[in-house]
Amino acid sequence: MDVRFINPFLNGTVSVLKTMAFIEPEHGKPYLKKDSIARGDVSGIIGLTGAVTGSMALSFSEGAILKIVSNMLGEEIKEVNGDITDAVGEITNMVSGVARKELESIGLTVSAAIPTVVSGKSHSIKHILSGPSVVIPFETEEGSFVVDVCMSEIGK
Amino acid sequence: MVIDKNMKILVVDDFATMRKVIRNLLKQVGYNNITEAEDGVVALRILKSQKVDFIISDWNMPNMSGIEFLKAVRVDNELSGLPFLMVTAEALKENVVQAVKAGVSNYIVKPFTAEVLNEKIEKIIDKI
Repeated sequence: MDVRFINPFLNGTVSVLKTMAFIEPEHGKPYLKKDSIARGDVSGIIGLTGAVTGSMALSFSEGAILKIVSNMLGEEIKEVNGDITDAVGEITNMVSGVARKELESIGLTVSAAIPTVVSGKSHSIKHILSGPSVVIPFETEEGSFVVDVCMSEIGK
Repeated sequence: MVIDKNMKILVVDDFATMRKVIRNLLKQVGYNNITEAEDGVVALRILKSQKVDFIISDWNMPNMSGIEFLKAVRVDNELSGLPFLMVTAEALKENVVQAVKAGVSNYIVKPFTAEVLNEKIEKIIDKI
């Protein structure tokens, strides 16, 4: 997968969490993932079509997402509830928006679908394209999360 | 123009969590008189029944999108002059052009801080 498709999602994730949740996550080394098992407890996934097609998922550990959403709302959330799933959808949407703006700046116009959110231990993430996805792991003080991207340029 | 921090702000977003986030950001910069609606249809009903001074609306919503809501406000004689700040994750040029053509007062792209939101509100009020 072309690194030009990965960096916008990495940058988008850092930007959204820094701005909306006052958290600066540190990313680890990206790796290829061949199975569909989510690396977190709550995941948001969004389909993308246009010059680049595929999907992007954000998969958060419970600890990480409770802290992120608590910071966003200015109130402590202690369990994965409707506020959390709602927020994961919105975070996924925002990351996609920032990433698509960056993709547009390099001549790749992409549209996004409505994000869906799945939760539970070892749930599945089904990407639109077959084949391995690229996972960027992130760490926060309260737990880990990953950005999971599976994209391809049209005609390639 | 002096900004009245007690002005009534209508926050329109289909995600309850995002409404809470915006409410939280507004409180951080001193705005506490806030009412909410989950889409343009409900928002129009509120505008017809109570006095609102400022609208902050999401773009992507079911029933009536933010851009449809904006157009409905601008063609209504009683509501057409209301300040309207559009909030969206869509930063693409065509969206900005569409919103400006429809008469948006200003435009803010998610994610944003309380300070940026405050600056946008002040810019809109200054122009009135």
